[in-house]
Amino acid sequence: MSAQPTIAPAKAAKPELPPVKAVRRSFSSPLASILVVAVTALWTLPTVGLLVTSLRPKGDVASTGWWEAFVHPDLGFENYRSVLFDNSFGTSGGLMPYLINSVAISIPATVFPLVLAAMAAYALAWVRFKGSDTLFFVIFALQIVPLQMSLIPLLRLFSGGAHLGSVTVIPALNLKDTYLPVWLTHTMFALPLAIFLLHNFIAQLPRDLMEAAVVDGASHFKIFRSIVLPLSAPALASFAIFQFLWVWNDLLVALTFAGGNPTVAPMTSRLAQLSGSNGSRWELLSAGAFLSMIVPLAVFFALQRFFVRGLLAGSVKG
Amino acid sequence: MPTDTRLAGPALQLADSLWQDAAIKFGNTGGAVLGFLGVLLAVFFAAGRATGRFSRPLAIVLMLGPAIVLLLTGLVVPLLRTVVLSFLDADGAKFVGGKNYGWALTSSPIHGVLLNTLLWLVIAPLAATGLGLALALMVDRMRGQAVWKSLIFMPMAVSLVAASIVFKLVYESRGSGQSQVGLLSQLAVTLGWDDPPNWILSQPLNNFLLMAVLVWVQTGFAMVVLSAAIKAIPDEITEAARLDGATGVRLFLHVTVPMIRTTVVVVLTTIMIITLKAFDIVRTMTGGNFGTQVLANEMYSQSFEQYNFGRGSALAVILFLAVAPLVVYNIALLRKERATR
Repeated sequence: MSAQPTIAPAKAAKPELPPVKAVRRSFSSPLASILVVAVTALWTLPTVGLLVTSLRPKGDVASTGWWEAFVHPDLGFENYRSVLFDNSFGTSGGLMPYLINSVAISIPATVFPLVLAAMAAYALAWVRFKGSDTLFFVIFALQIVPLQMSLIPLLRLFSGGAHLGSVTVIPALNLKDTYLPVWLTHTMFALPLAIFLLHNFIAQLPRDLMEAAVVDGASHFKIFRSIVLPLSAPALASFAIFQFLWVWNDLLVALTFAGGNPTVAPMTSRLAQLSGSNGSRWELLSAGAFLSMIVPLAVFFALQRFFVRGLLAGSVKG
Repeated sequence: MPTDTRLAGPALQLADSLWQDAAIKFGNTGGAVLGFLGVLLAVFFAAGRATGRFSRPLAIVLMLGPAIVLLLTGLVVPLLRTVVLSFLDADGAKFVGGKNYGWALTSSPIHGVLLNTLLWLVIAPLAATGLGLALALMVDRMRGQAVWKSLIFMPMAVSLVAASIVFKLVYESRGSGQSQVGLLSQLAVTLGWDDPPNWILSQPLNNFLLMAVLVWVQTGFAMVVLSAAIKAIPDEITEAARLDGATGVRLFLHVTVPMIRTTVVVVLTTIMIITLKAFDIVRTMTGGNFGTQVLANEMYSQSFEQYNFGRGSALAVILFLAVAPLVVYNIALLRKERATR
């Protein structure tokens, strides 16, 4: 028996081979190390600048550069309180409602496609029927459609319903000021990639296990719930993290279907507006931007392995 | 005496209404998620009891059906609708033939947009991939490389909106005489340029400054993927080449580069696809003004600011035609690469 692992689709293709010493050596000068450190510093400095700015008092921010804070440190969280709760930027209640919207949008827009895609992937992989391979390929191919192709028709669908001639297929629903259009759009657009990734994983689950369950008289629904879902946890986690951050960071769907309205719009869409209209109020803008970065950065540093894996798999998303 | 112990100050009232707002929103969201899962569980439970010859088709319909319906309404039908709309006028009422495409490809304001898009498409992916490759090679044998890698990769986690605001601060410019608050202006002053320009307004330089944001975000991605590819080169190959006398640059050009060529192209095309579709940076930093407009943002502006659905759709179709071959090529390469590993 070979010692090949039976379930390995989510593992990054990174065999544990000894490093390529010669090439390494040719690039391994102290100079290279200095360059890497310099680039890292250069890459980190803008973020540090934003963080420091967000912690400085309003007057200091307007009059001197953030690096002065290292000479005259006077830091506090006043800007955060102000940008979250005060009527800053001419918005009553500050950014707090938008931050809540970001959470309220991201969680369902992650759960819905995750569950629906897992179901579809299982059906395509294990309840095979005539044409299931073709169907899988068509779904996979839908990844090439950029989001932009669907925005106008979807906006019209959500506001005016769908009609075939004079027959109303879907009535005009009053979805304005609800999260539903944003949730639905994210769900629809996550499905091709999600089904593809989860299918790759679920199709490689051990056949014996499935057959044993069928022999025991378990229905497909039971197999899905008690075997497929638990065993697919790593793939589900990778996709969930990718999708959550995708939705949290999205601007296009948010701007199109939620605008800048505090009842539904998330942080990204509000920040993009503020950057245009209040671009010089750096003490507030920096605090607002950093607030929107806290969640992704926390996810990144806490779950880096899953994050990189999910991101690499999702990098072709349409 | 009323026993209202709350100090009815406006601040507290505001805080109260904020918590109410939050409670309602989270209630709706939690309700939606629980309702969704509850309905699924109920359907599964009921359908799981079905036996006999209906059980299999029932499983297929119930498990595949929701995804198919959503894909049809969200992608397939809109795809066709957008193509149709691109041949109609602004309101989608009258057939105008290829007029929208004529406008999108030949009108003079659009030429700047197309030129900018082309510049983005060439420069940003090449810069990010080149820099990522250099870093991957250099970081490969450093101590504590995980730290350097994750710091350079970090921008990938945040939104392009946040990244744009980070760089807007870097590019912030003050008139001469005032102390600069932007890093770039301060750097220019330190280097002896007394009166640096307002970067964001300086054409055509501002286009490159906007591209720098995407390079900042994507370099880490390129580095991580290429670093994995370099580590995957079998040791015997480099050893053999070394015994044949290849060293340094020659070894890199004749052994490393051919071994990771597919990965380099995959990274390059992936970033190209992202570049074509990203409108966030332009929207956040300039709103498409000052000669920085690109295709993806023009599509948004035409559709949802001018409400010219015909032109917006035509631009979306053009974007689709530009992106689709890249994605197909990219996926084909990825499959080839996976097959050879």
